[in-house]
Amino acid sequence: MTTFSILDVEIQEIEGGKTLFGDSLTTFPMAMVILDPYTLESSWILDTADRVLSHFQGADVRVAFVVAGSDPEGAASFLGPLSDRILTFVDKDKKLVKELSIKALPSFAVVRQDGSVLGSAEGWDPNEWRDLAGSLADMTSWSRPEIPSLDDPAAYKGTPARGNVNQVIPDDVELVEKVIIRFAGDSGDGMQLTGDRFTNASALAGNDLATLPEFPAEIRAPAGTLAGVSAFQVQISDHDITTPGDAPAVLVAMNPAALKSDLHLLVNGGTVIVNEDTFEERNLEKAGYKHNPLEEGGELDGYRVIKVPMTNLTKEACKDLGVKPRDADRSKNFFALGLVSWMYSRPVEPTFEWIDEKFAGKDLVVSANKAAFKAGHAFGETAELGDQRVAIKAAPLPSGTYTSITGNTALSWGLIAASHLSERPLFLGTYPITPASDILHELVKHKRHGVMTFQAEDEIAAIGSALGAAYGGHLGVTTTSGPGVALKSETLGLAVSLELPLILVDVQRGGPSTGLPTKTEASDLLLAMYGRHGEAPLPIVSASTPSDCFYAAIEAARIALTHRTPVILLTDGYLANSSEPWLLPDPSSLPEIPVVFTTEFNQTNEDGDGIFWPYMRNEDLARDWALPGTPELMHRIGGIEKEDGSGNISYDPENHGYMVDLRQERIQKVQVPDLEVDGDQDFELLVVGWGSTWGAIKGAVTRACKDGYKIGHVHLRHLNPLPSNLGELLSKATKVLVPEMNLGQLSKIIRAEYLIDAKSITKVKGVPFTAGELDQVLREALDD
Amino acid sequence: MTDTQTNSNTATTKADWTSDQEVRWCPGCGDYSILTALQMLMPELGVEREKTVFISGIGCAARFPYYMNTYGVHSIHGRAPAVATGLALARPDLDVWVVGGDGDMLSIGGNHLIHALRRNINLNILLFNNQIYGLTKGQFSPTSEVGKITKSSPVGLISKPLNPLSVAIGSEATFVARTHDMDRNHMQDMFRRAHKHQGASFVEVLQNCNVFNDGAFAAITKKDVRADMLIDLHHGEPILFGAEKQFGVIANDGEVSIANVDEVGSDSILVHDETREDPSRAFALSRLSETPDTPTPVGVLRAVESEEYSTSLKSQIDGVIESQGSSDIGELLHSLPTWEV
Repeated sequence: MTTFSILDVEIQEIEGGKTLFGDSLTTFPMAMVILDPYTLESSWILDTADRVLSHFQGADVRVAFVVAGSDPEGAASFLGPLSDRILTFVDKDKKLVKELSIKALPSFAVVRQDGSVLGSAEGWDPNEWRDLAGSLADMTSWSRPEIPSLDDPAAYKGTPARGNVNQVIPDDVELVEKVIIRFAGDSGDGMQLTGDRFTNASALAGNDLATLPEFPAEIRAPAGTLAGVSAFQVQISDHDITTPGDAPAVLVAMNPAALKSDLHLLVNGGTVIVNEDTFEERNLEKAGYKHNPLEEGGELDGYRVIKVPMTNLTKEACKDLGVKPRDADRSKNFFALGLVSWMYSRPVEPTFEWIDEKFAGKDLVVSANKAAFKAGHAFGETAELGDQRVAIKAAPLPSGTYTSITGNTALSWGLIAASHLSERPLFLGTYPITPASDILHELVKHKRHGVMTFQAEDEIAAIGSALGAAYGGHLGVTTTSGPGVALKSETLGLAVSLELPLILVDVQRGGPSTGLPTKTEASDLLLAMYGRHGEAPLPIVSASTPSDCFYAAIEAARIALTHRTPVILLTDGYLANSSEPWLLPDPSSLPEIPVVFTTEFNQTNEDGDGIFWPYMRNEDLARDWALPGTPELMHRIGGIEKEDGSGNISYDPENHGYMVDLRQERIQKVQVPDLEVDGDQDFELLVVGWGSTWGAIKGAVTRACKDGYKIGHVHLRHLNPLPSNLGELLSKATKVLVPEMNLGQLSKIIRAEYLIDAKSITKVKGVPFTAGELDQVLREALDD
Repeated sequence: MTDTQTNSNTATTKADWTSDQEVRWCPGCGDYSILTALQMLMPELGVEREKTVFISGIGCAARFPYYMNTYGVHSIHGRAPAVATGLALARPDLDVWVVGGDGDMLSIGGNHLIHALRRNINLNILLFNNQIYGLTKGQFSPTSEVGKITKSSPVGLISKPLNPLSVAIGSEATFVARTHDMDRNHMQDMFRRAHKHQGASFVEVLQNCNVFNDGAFAAITKKDVRADMLIDLHHGEPILFGAEKQFGVIANDGEVSIANVDEVGSDSILVHDETREDPSRAFALSRLSETPDTPTPVGVLRAVESEEYSTSLKSQIDGVIESQGSSDIGELLHSLPTWEV
């Protein structure tokens, strides 16, 4: 049996093909300096590394640079003429770094011919380097290089070699459990991007996290005004968290309007980082300040204020790159990101990689953004903000592969997964609407999975086309938000009558009418339940977290396809845009969705001939489904009331009564799993939630239970039909609370269905509940 | 994930294309002759019944699918082109027909009609134009003429009508034709051509509603007036009409008009070219008669080749799969940056 070893690692010569690492050890051992081209730490070592490696050229050892996580072009531009003099390898996927178990870069390492490691020195610790160079000199009978020499830098630690893995936390940095940071600026300042990048770097550092993006509906509201403030809040933590946090500890305010609109959110004594260059008369006036709060007024008393001339420092950093000052101004969000990344010891490399990829082909933009980032990073280091620097250890998350995902992306992937699991091609018929459009943007990228997307002329055509595709045997999906649901309701009714599978995704937003397009709300539950003419019941599924949107989409598809019914999947603007780390499932663990089509006659007519009746049913009351194209089973279906079985048009009163009951019964027959109680199993108070309130409820219940409150929490994935054990759980509780981002829609249903005095807790402000505010309500309910 | 089934290609007759459902149009309705014309034509089109789907909205005409022994969906008012679009994209192997009236397709569903035509979805769209709302018992429709007295316009209709052919041509339709319910052969010719055309085919059928708008087209379609009142268009031939072919259509200053051949000379008569890329001439022909009591063109006004939508869509998807390979769930889940814990 052979095992994979370091000898089998594939590396690439900078000007050559790929080769196995073992092949470069056939004649000599190898001495390497391994570098990360995206870090200052690796660039500071170049002269020293050159000197040490050159010293051993001529000895019985191969010397080489290994550039990790880069392609040959990147390595060449990082090393410059050094790569002409010294053999250079590229370890693009960091497989060699992994096999060498190197934690920090730069690193000096020596590998013997058999693949065993003579030693490695990580970061720049002159003593360790000297010892390793000594061992190498002994092994090769060569002289010892001088380490350190006068020109060498002072000792420093390296940067994490593989992103999250064992992130290197400097000794002088205080560890904190969690921090909540809010980036706020003008909607043209790139705050969403800044927050998103900070989130990704934190995810790669192994933290748990939750985000809350908030932005205005206008693409560019008047610059500098309160209406134009765009913010991104993120909580990062060394333990499992469920919400983006109650009150931020740090506010990054890129202009006076951002300070004015968001300062009140900050915890007492919190830190404010402001771009002081924007605090000039015009901007102050636009924000409604009659004075400069950085100088007078006392608003900032009690806060720690860090004033940074971000605009000017960014322009300065970009000056020598040939970037126009006006263009350089656009990179100031990267300055802020660099500064905050330094303060929270975030890995730099993922951000640089992202910049390279995102702005590929725009060299000036790449260099300006990187320069701004570095300037921000350096500012933290040099401006005596050392006491501000903290780190958050990786959270002890379950092991496995993680990715950072938003609800809309997870939902899109869930639909694609459902398409694979059911072997039905995915057809999306949709019309752009905030906050659902990103599902279209995501799905249109996945043609490799056979995904067909169709941007229709309106919401009605969107669902009509999805229904047409479903009739043809595809997994038909339409995505929208509240106003679109209203327009689609007639077609939903048709799908109920035709008994065809269809998924309508409603990414809920603030209403009524245009309402608050970019803000979250969960006020479409009763619309989903009852918003059709006639008795038109259909199953409703909801998602509770961004990554849960993946599983909710699969569940919606399962119900739709196996029960031949339209299904409404409810998410909301908060789930859609916020992100969290997601432990990726094993694809083989996902349940297959078997779809059975009828291909033969299912009935006999008076003459004894075989015929097909489209409304013959199985034990779940799901009707027989013959796809167009199936020989001999031609049939007609339509929105007019039909006779059960044959599907023939029928205006018979008895038949209509029967069909109305049957359509209700078959939805009630949809099997949904029983609820599991979270929190205290021996609860007095039961909290019943649905949708994106999961995180806040979970956080609140956990806190209160720690203090001995007897509170249980159930969260409804299925809103129609309701889980069969809900009634029993409700009857056990002495009090029932239902927190919702509406005026009590689920509590109405629970009261009607179970005759229980369910109390409603409502918040309809366009922002989610915080765990803190719910915690208080729960305690008060039991303290009464 | 293919749904294609094998099929025995045996010859069929009209009876094979006729469903077992009782036809419930008013006795004497023009819809009967259209249904018969199509049921008689289908056997010779070389298509299988199971590969044929009729989709309709709401209205008298929209009952059509129930009477065809094919697959069929009777959907909702105005939305048939949208439902049919989804089906045609998902299942390019099917032969999809859309049937509706002037209220269904030009009023409540006008938006879907123009976009189905613009996109060149592979549909055969038959618009039965009777210039009245029949199923709701006699209100004016978007094709009713100014001044018309109906239940909802007792002192005369104020608004101007839409010209279905002008709408279609203005919507970038690649196949546009007109026929009428009194001439089975002509209807079949038009349906045959529409079926053969790749992309969206639009056929206006002038149809008599003998209950609420009887005789609306009698002035042009009655046997004894047809020769003088219908301008039968034939590709590559001079546009002539009249019992003696004494009238013709001439072009002047971008417009077309009717002239006496003797007066203008036969060289001045337009030679019909349905394949003209520029739609202006077809549009001008569609405007030749403002009301159905002056000479009216019938036949194919426009038939140009243009790739139909689902072919382009499929080639985009196939192109991506060819260059990047198909994919599975595992690959999907790892398509964003990942990290190990």
